[in-house]
Amino acid sequence: MSNVFEIAGEVSAFGFRAVTGLFRRPFEGDQFRRQLAEIGSKSLPLVIASGFALGAVLTMHTRSTLVTFGATAWIPTVQALAFFLEIGPLVTGLLVAGRVGSGIGAVLSNMRATEQIDAIESLSIDSFKFLVVPRIVACTLALPVLTLFLDFSGLLGGFLSEYASSRLSFQLYISRSFSSFVWSNFYAPTLKTAVFGFTIGTISSFLGYTTNEGSQGVGRAATQSVVVSSLLIILLDVLLIKFIFFIFPESAL
Amino acid sequence: MTDVRSAAVAFEHVSKSFGTKQVLHDVSFDVRAGEALCILGRSGTGKSVTLKLIVSLIKPDQGKIWVEEDEITHLGESELSRVRRKMGFLFQDAALFDSLTLYENLALPLLRLTGKSQEKVDFVIDQVLRQVGLAGDKKKMPSELSGGMRKRAGLARALVLEPKILLADEPSSGLDRITSSEIDDLLLKQKEEHKTALIVVTHDVRGARRLGDRIVVLDKGQLIADGSFVQIEHSENEVARHLVTE
Repeated sequence: MSNVFEIAGEVSAFGFRAVTGLFRRPFEGDQFRRQLAEIGSKSLPLVIASGFALGAVLTMHTRSTLVTFGATAWIPTVQALAFFLEIGPLVTGLLVAGRVGSGIGAVLSNMRATEQIDAIESLSIDSFKFLVVPRIVACTLALPVLTLFLDFSGLLGGFLSEYASSRLSFQLYISRSFSSFVWSNFYAPTLKTAVFGFTIGTISSFLGYTTNEGSQGVGRAATQSVVVSSLLIILLDVLLIKFIFFIFPESAL
Repeated sequence: MTDVRSAAVAFEHVSKSFGTKQVLHDVSFDVRAGEALCILGRSGTGKSVTLKLIVSLIKPDQGKIWVEEDEITHLGESELSRVRRKMGFLFQDAALFDSLTLYENLALPLLRLTGKSQEKVDFVIDQVLRQVGLAGDKKKMPSELSGGMRKRAGLARALVLEPKILLADEPSSGLDRITSSEIDDLLLKQKEEHKTALIVVTHDVRGARRLGDRIVVLDKGQLIADGSFVQIEHSENEVARHLVTE
């Protein structure tokens, strides 16, 4: 148990070092742009395809239930609330933990095993600032944007599924989708994914950067990055929902 | 041993352990500017650790390490950065940054540390790549380079800041005899043309004979012999004698 607290302390210190490193020169703009493309742009196809499929499937399930109560007009509302409040943030977090978390863990641990991190240090370059800080910042900024893409592609998938069943117009679908919305339904859950992004970046970078097990550590760091990040995202989701309800009581439906 | 402050690199009674395993015990030696020192020894005797101690990638438990006039064991990051700029490090597997092209691998330290203009950086990179025989390969990724080319590329990156001290960890490992001889030629040329102090960790006795003005032999973390190749061949220490016998 004390070992868990010890590791939690080390990860926290690692994350704190990244936050303070963000404000020290040099600002590693090139590395940041490179990581933003790697983490953000390259995750887009997966995120959009997943959102679209989830939206279509969720609508089919919801329709079969609501039709019993003659409440099919609520389908767009249920769909939008489900996606913006929970499905979008959580699924995007888990998808990115799988795709990006494993990648960061594997790349950094491979760099450690092949002495690339030693080489960076020997060139008088701060390897932590060069490798870790841009990855954490890129994860933190990319997650909310990716979440929006998943939310809207989910709505699109839901609309097409609903259109196939009821020929509901797009304008009506969108107007019903947001009829019960308050602004905090939109930005609070979306911004919470920045915390997920920070968690994925910090955990994966920590496991990759601090490994010292040679090539064997590469696979282990990749796997552990996904497992630990995913577990923490689920745990944080519960805690952050409570926090959001406390700060924005109107979003507690 | 010469006065440590006049040496390019000097170890004074250096010890280093990892956990319960003592890797170096009370090791002292020095290297002067323009001198080539080869460190020989069996696997796991602390040779690569010695190089990493010189660049301060790890710290010794005891003793002092001098790089020119600086005692580096207690230096802060900014001062270490200044000292590291005097050194180039050829890693065992070259340790090229595999997400960057060969050109970017060389440009990274130049743009970060020298404040040179882009034109000047391009000029220096072309010059160094020509020197190591990779002039036409600067757009290639490290994964597209053969073992020998990677070694040359690693050497090019080590030379790009014009170091006064060049450290090479197993420069001939994994290479055929002709290619390793070519790498040795490049190291010798650097030493002779620029009076660079050369510290080479190797298992290659033939290479050590060619490169080394002096040889030190490590065994079980202790320095057991220090002298010219011929002196080591006639050393009273059986392990040292055995190590330099081809």
